[in-house]
Amino acid sequence: MERVVDPLETAARTRGVRSEAIAFVAMLVLLVLAPTVAYPVFLMKALCFALFACAFNLLIGYVGLLSFGHALYFGWAGYVSAHLAKIGKLTLPYWGGGWHWFVIPLPPLSPELAVLGGTVTAAVLGLIAGALAIRRQGIYFAMITLALAQMMFFFAVQAPFTGGEDGIQAVPRGHLFGLIDLSNQTTLYYVVLVLFLACFLLIYRIIHSPFGEVLKAIRENEPRAISLGYKTDRYKLMAFVLSAALAGAAGATKAIVFQLASLTDVHWTMSGEVVLMTLVGGLGTVFGPVLGAFVIVSMENYLAEFGQWITVIQGVIFVACVLLFRRGIIGEIANALRVRL
Amino acid sequence: MKMLRYVALLAAALAAGAAQAQDKSDGVVKIGVLSDMSSLYADLAGQGSVAAARMAVEDFKPAEKGLKVEIVSADHQNKPDVGSNIVRQWIDVDKVDVIVDVPTSSVALAVNEVVREKNSVFLVSGAAASDLTGPKCSPNTVHWTYDTWALANGTGKALVKTGGDSWFFITADYAFGHALERDTAAVVEANGGKVLSKVRVPLNTSDFSSYLLQAQQSKAKIIGLANAGGDTINSIKQAAEFGIVAGGQNLAGLLVFITDVHALGLQTAQGLIMTEAFYWDQNDASRAFAKRFAPLYKGNMPTMVQAGVYSAVTHYLKAVAALKDDSDGKAVVAKMKEMPTDDPLFGKGTIRADGRKIHDMYLFEVKKPSESKGPWDYYKLRATIPAAEAFRPLKDGNCPLVSG
Repeated sequence: MERVVDPLETAARTRGVRSEAIAFVAMLVLLVLAPTVAYPVFLMKALCFALFACAFNLLIGYVGLLSFGHALYFGWAGYVSAHLAKIGKLTLPYWGGGWHWFVIPLPPLSPELAVLGGTVTAAVLGLIAGALAIRRQGIYFAMITLALAQMMFFFAVQAPFTGGEDGIQAVPRGHLFGLIDLSNQTTLYYVVLVLFLACFLLIYRIIHSPFGEVLKAIRENEPRAISLGYKTDRYKLMAFVLSAALAGAAGATKAIVFQLASLTDVHWTMSGEVVLMTLVGGLGTVFGPVLGAFVIVSMENYLAEFGQWITVIQGVIFVACVLLFRRGIIGEIANALRVRL
Repeated sequence: MKMLRYVALLAAALAAGAAQAQDKSDGVVKIGVLSDMSSLYADLAGQGSVAAARMAVEDFKPAEKGLKVEIVSADHQNKPDVGSNIVRQWIDVDKVDVIVDVPTSSVALAVNEVVREKNSVFLVSGAAASDLTGPKCSPNTVHWTYDTWALANGTGKALVKTGGDSWFFITADYAFGHALERDTAAVVEANGGKVLSKVRVPLNTSDFSSYLLQAQQSKAKIIGLANAGGDTINSIKQAAEFGIVAGGQNLAGLLVFITDVHALGLQTAQGLIMTEAFYWDQNDASRAFAKRFAPLYKGNMPTMVQAGVYSAVTHYLKAVAALKDDSDGKAVVAKMKEMPTDDPLFGKGTIRADGRKIHDMYLFEVKKPSESKGPWDYYKLRATIPAAEAFRPLKDGNCPLVSG
C-alpha cells in the first residue's frame, strides 16, 4: 500500500525541526560564550542539573511516568564515580556458604572511566528499580520509585564506603584520557559541555526515533498501544533504564566537578528538585528542563546571600509557575510562537 | 553556518584568555561568613555569626592599623556542594581571604579541601568533626571552638568524676552517632565508669518511648544522647514526659547548644548536662559582649559558636596586621599559630600545629525553672575542664602535619 503523506503534517514537522535547530544553535552559542561572563564551576553545576532534568523529562515528558526517586541514580552514580576516581579498589560481598568479600584491585581511575562506571551503575540500578516499578501506574509507580530511593538513601547513610554524613571528599579531578589536565576550570567546563551536548543530542534522537514515537503513544493511551501489538512494558522499562543512566551520567560528572559525593544528592529532596526544574522549564519540551535547571541553580547560587529567604523565593516561584504558566517557561514560549521547542 | 563557526572559535579563545591571571592581595581583607541561615543550625550560628564577625572587626579598629576589612556572608543550606561552590566563587571571583564559621561537618570538610587547594584561610567555629584536626588536617585551617572529641571527653570524664559512673547510650544509628558513642564510652570506661547498655535508634525517629523505657529500666545514672539536631530535641522532650530526670537519672547531651535549651524551655530541659566552650554569663567580659550582641541578633544571647567566630576573626586580623599581607593563606595560619591568642571571650590560649585552638572547656547543667532568674539564665557550672585536658592529645590525631 502506498503511504499517504499529509502535506500539512510535513510542513508542521519541518517547521518544528527548524525551530528546534534555531533554539539549539542559540543554546550552543550561549553555553560556549558563558564562561566569559559567569563563573565556570557554577555553569558546570547548572549543566549537570540540566542533564539530570533532561533525563528525568525523558521519562515524565515522553512516557508520562512520574518517577519520584531519580535522586537514587543521580546520587549513587556520584558515589561510584567519586569512589572510582579517588580509590578505585572495589570490594563486593558475595555468598558462598557465608559472606565473603570479593576484591577487585583497581587503581584510581581517570575521570572518563569513573563517569562511565557511575553511569553503568545507575543503569543497573534503573533496571532493577524499573522492573519493579513499571508494574504499577500513576501514584503507585511514584511511590515505588520513592520507596526504593529511600532504601538506597539509608544504605548510603550506613555504608562505610560512602562516608555517611561526610560523603566522599577530596576526589581528584585527574587527567581526561590521561592527557588533558582537568584542574583548569575552563578546560573542565568545555569537557562537561561536550558531555552535556552529547547526552542532550542522544535524548533528542531517542525522542524523535520510532522508539520515541511508541513512547509517546504509550503516554497518550497505553491500552491502545497494547492493542496495536506493542509490548509496552518493555518500552517503558527501556525508557526507564535510559533515563536512569543519563541521570547517572549527570551525577557522576557532578561528583568529579565538585570533587565530592554527598548525601544531598541521594536525598529525596533532590528528586523533588528535579521535578521543580522540569516543571519550571516546561514538561515534555526538549529545551525546558535545561532552562529550568539554569533558573533553579542560579537562584540557589545568586540568592545565597539572602539566607533564609531563598527557600521562600523558590516556593513563590514554584507557586507562580503552577498558577500562571502551567506549560513552563519554554512551553509557554513554544505555545505563543506556535512552534515545537 | 560559517559565520557561526567563527563566533564559536572567537568565544573559545576569549574564554581561555580571560580565565587566568588573578591577584589575591588587593589591599582589602575580605571575610566570608559561610553559615546555615535557614535550617537547623541557623539559631546557633547563622546571622548571629555574621553579627559576631562584624563586632570583631569593629573592636579591632582596622582603620587605625591601616587595614580595610569587608564582610560577606552566604547560606550553605547544609549542602556540601552548595558550600564548596560558594567558597570557590568567593575565592576566585570575589577575592575573599578567609572563610569563617561553617556549621555542619560535611560542609566544613568540603570547604577544608577547597581552601587547601586555593591556599586561603579557613577558621572553623560551627563544625564539630574532629577529623578537621585529625587525618584531614590542613595547613590552611584552624579549628576554633569545639570538636566531637572535646564534647565526648568533657561530658564523659567530668560526669564520671562527679558521680555519674553508670551510663546508658541512646545512639543515632549512623556514622556520626557511632563515633560520638564510641568516643564517649571510651572516656567513661577509662575513668572508671561503666557502660551498662546502649541502643541504636534510626535517624529522624519521632517515637523514642521504647528506647527511653529501656534506659529507665537500666537504672543507669546517666543517659547519654549520642545524636544531634531534631533527634536530640525529640529525645529530651520525651524523656521529660517519662519523668526520667525527675526520677533521679540525668540526661547528658553530647551535642546540645544553649539555643536548643532556649527552644525546649527549662521545664523540659532541666537537669541536662553538656559541655560547652563559652557561656554568656561567665564573667564581666562575656556579659558585656552579650549585652552588645543581643540587640544585633533578635535579642538572643551569643552561643559558643558565635563567640568563637568573634574570637577567631580577632586573632586572624591580628595576624594579618602583623604580616601586613593576606595573600598567602599558609603564611597567615602559620603566623596565627606562632602568636598566642588573647581576647575577652576565650582568654589566653594557643593554636597547635594541627590547627586545634586550645582553651578551657566547661561542663554545664541546665538549671531548674525555680533557679533561673530570667530568660537565658540557664546554666550552672559543674566543672571546668582545663585547656591541657580539654582536647585530643596531639599525637592521637593522626594529623599528617604533625607526624611528617
